[in-house]
Amino acid sequence: MALKSLPLHEYLSSGHRLCAGCGEGVTIRQILKAFDEPPIICNATSCLEVSTTPFPYTAWRTPWIHPAFECTGAVVAGVEAAQKALIRKGRKKKWDVVLALAGDGGTHDIGLQALSGALERGHKFVYVCYTNDAYMNTGIQRSGATPKAAWTTTSPAGKVIPGKTEWQKDLMKIVVAHDIPYAATASPSYPMDLQRKMKKATQADGPAFILALAPCPRGWRTPPHLTIELGRLAVQTCMFPLYEVEKGQYRITMKPKRKLPVEYYLRPQGRFRHLFTPKTRHDIINDIQAYVDKKWQELQRMEQLTQP
Amino acid sequence: MMARKVLALNGDEAAAYAVKQCKPDVIAAYPITPQTIIVERLSDFVADGELDAEFIAVESEHSAMSACIGASAMGARAYTATASQGLALMYEMLFVASSFRLPIVMSVANRALNSPLNIWNDMSDTMGARDCGWIQIYNENSQEVYDFTIQAFRIAEDHRVLLPVMVCHDGFVVSHSTEGVEVLSDGEVDSFLPPRDPVYPLDVEKPVTIGCVGVPEYYPEIKYQQEVATKKSIETIKEILREFNESFGRSYGIVEEYRTDGAEVALLTIGSISGTAKEAVDEMRAEGKPVGLLKLRLFRPFPIEALRKSLSGLKVVGVVDRHISFGSCMGGALNMEVRAALYEMKDRPHVMGFPTGLGGRDIRVEHFLKIIDELLMIAEQDALEEEYKVVGCRGPGCIGP
Amino acid sequence: MLETWEEVTFAGYILEPGNAESYKTGDWRSRQKPVINQEKCTFCLLCWIYCPDGAIIRKEGEVEIDYYHCKGCGICAYECPSGAIRMRSEMEGE
Repeated sequence: MALKSLPLHEYLSSGHRLCAGCGEGVTIRQILKAFDEPPIICNATSCLEVSTTPFPYTAWRTPWIHPAFECTGAVVAGVEAAQKALIRKGRKKKWDVVLALAGDGGTHDIGLQALSGALERGHKFVYVCYTNDAYMNTGIQRSGATPKAAWTTTSPAGKVIPGKTEWQKDLMKIVVAHDIPYAATASPSYPMDLQRKMKKATQADGPAFILALAPCPRGWRTPPHLTIELGRLAVQTCMFPLYEVEKGQYRITMKPKRKLPVEYYLRPQGRFRHLFTPKTRHDIINDIQAYVDKKWQELQRMEQLTQP
Repeated sequence: MMARKVLALNGDEAAAYAVKQCKPDVIAAYPITPQTIIVERLSDFVADGELDAEFIAVESEHSAMSACIGASAMGARAYTATASQGLALMYEMLFVASSFRLPIVMSVANRALNSPLNIWNDMSDTMGARDCGWIQIYNENSQEVYDFTIQAFRIAEDHRVLLPVMVCHDGFVVSHSTEGVEVLSDGEVDSFLPPRDPVYPLDVEKPVTIGCVGVPEYYPEIKYQQEVATKKSIETIKEILREFNESFGRSYGIVEEYRTDGAEVALLTIGSISGTAKEAVDEMRAEGKPVGLLKLRLFRPFPIEALRKSLSGLKVVGVVDRHISFGSCMGGALNMEVRAALYEMKDRPHVMGFPTGLGGRDIRVEHFLKIIDELLMIAEQDALEEEYKVVGCRGPGCIGP
Repeated sequence: MLETWEEVTFAGYILEPGNAESYKTGDWRSRQKPVINQEKCTFCLLCWIYCPDGAIIRKEGEVEIDYYHCKGCGICAYECPSGAIRMRSEMEGE
């Protein structure tokens, strides 16, 4: 697969109101390139949803529905079940891919129950969580996906507490625990890897889940032109490893040639500034490094363990 | 004409049987007492191949309504059922369903809201949801539950309406009481309820965006459009009730009068408690007292004109609410709406509220006789002493026990 | 004149797919805009796939900036492997 082979259609039109340099914009454009025909989209309340549909404008060239924040898993189940019934009864001719789009807020936290229910019941849909590590739409409040030590408005780096004290929720583990046919992490900084995974997701015989890291210049306090570079650093430091789990089999799809120390990822980001000034917090950075190393080893072991 | 089948069905079973005949495409429901029989029967029908529908055993009521919204937006006929806490849990989605103008039908087995936990009948659940833009129909017995579940799909899907409909029946009193229900044949239901003809469904050929950001420059227009449609739906509802009568010989009104000829004083009731109230009216009439009853079937949209017509000429109306709206001026929502509807009338009757039978408290003919005593006293004095009095409660200020 | 409640679409549905395209997000640019040196461009298409706004138009063998929509984020210039895209001051002629 090469970039030239990707389709020209833009199911997400220009003229949307996402910030300049928004990781969600890149992610969604790339996600939609994996389709030959428009999918039916259910979108949770999020930056993407509000920025693409300020009445009377819509950037969507697909059927699209946004009911509320925490129910994407349930809405998509209803859409999928309706499709099944309508096709069986001869009122609809062909199957259109049902695509759920939600941020980390609408997935890791408030949306987790609906997602879990939909995964457990085995509906045939693709769920893409475009995570930017916080509730960005409401102004950068922390979520379960916010990494340790990150500044957010509800986990500020204050005089006493240096940012978020908890580790990120490992959502992939939760999703994989539902034994679905396909789950993967992806990054728009690695477009062909993302395309390959989306293709597998759309062809899965049941629920498929993609967790895509969408860097956010506003929330991460980075200049807008670094969005793609940050995604690359996330992968190369193993802070956001790229892997897939296909019917329980783990496969790491991008092994960094040189595994970079986490500092390479943390330093460019304003949300980690307090780890470097007024003095470098080696204690926290080492903690993060140890944690990332542990998770990376764990992932490699899972890959070995689940080999056929 | 061939005699119709009469089945022994309780309120829940009647709802499930009607739903089966209405051929929904998607059912997404979560069990909650006293609605569980509905979901269980429907599961049986699907498992036995008697009902061709996708039954989504969702993991909460919020997800039940969300799934119905997704399914209905696809153009499918969607149905769910709930009660009490379940309705409260799906509260935000009720507004979404009506704002999207989706013709979802939902049975509600009226049950009290926590706390304390109470599985028995009152209407705090649906009365608490009166602002959400759904049509609300209240039924007195299993026969009405059956008939109105079928009519509900017709009303909801009519292009002049396109609003979701709540079909309510009292928990346990109706949901679990077996009665003889005359059911229509499958063919009769098919002739009355054609397949759904959706307006702007989610369709890859004609992509629509549903659920945009309604900026202040547009939100009021979008909502007012919805309000106008909601109020106008009364005419279509009356038309469909007439058609049901013409087709099947069962006549229903959005309000129904009972022995109101020559009445000076009347009870206004809603739901199954109307039955007990009618007994009290009969006793009073036997004693020569000029007492009547008005049963309200349609609560949303509120039938202002019908009410004004039926209640004009009365001296006193006692409104029997089935919930308390805490801290409100009139005790219960029904009382407030009736009062407001009659306010501008010349020679309007006195209106007093009686929130009755909270949490499934057993209410008997004696309670209604006490209420009627109060009403007759008000007629004599030509004045109210209190705006409302709770009925079925021990202690000062209430009509017990 | 904005629509009345009778004229506004049914239930606030938006019936024209992609009509956001008529909105000029190119007005968002404040200081800089990307300029492509076509001689250096190898048509690798990375700028096209990395643009959050789809403001890189892919044509036969070359790419072009859609200045009507480009927000000036600078991703394309930063990521271009052959240095063919430069961010220039908004004041310069195109």
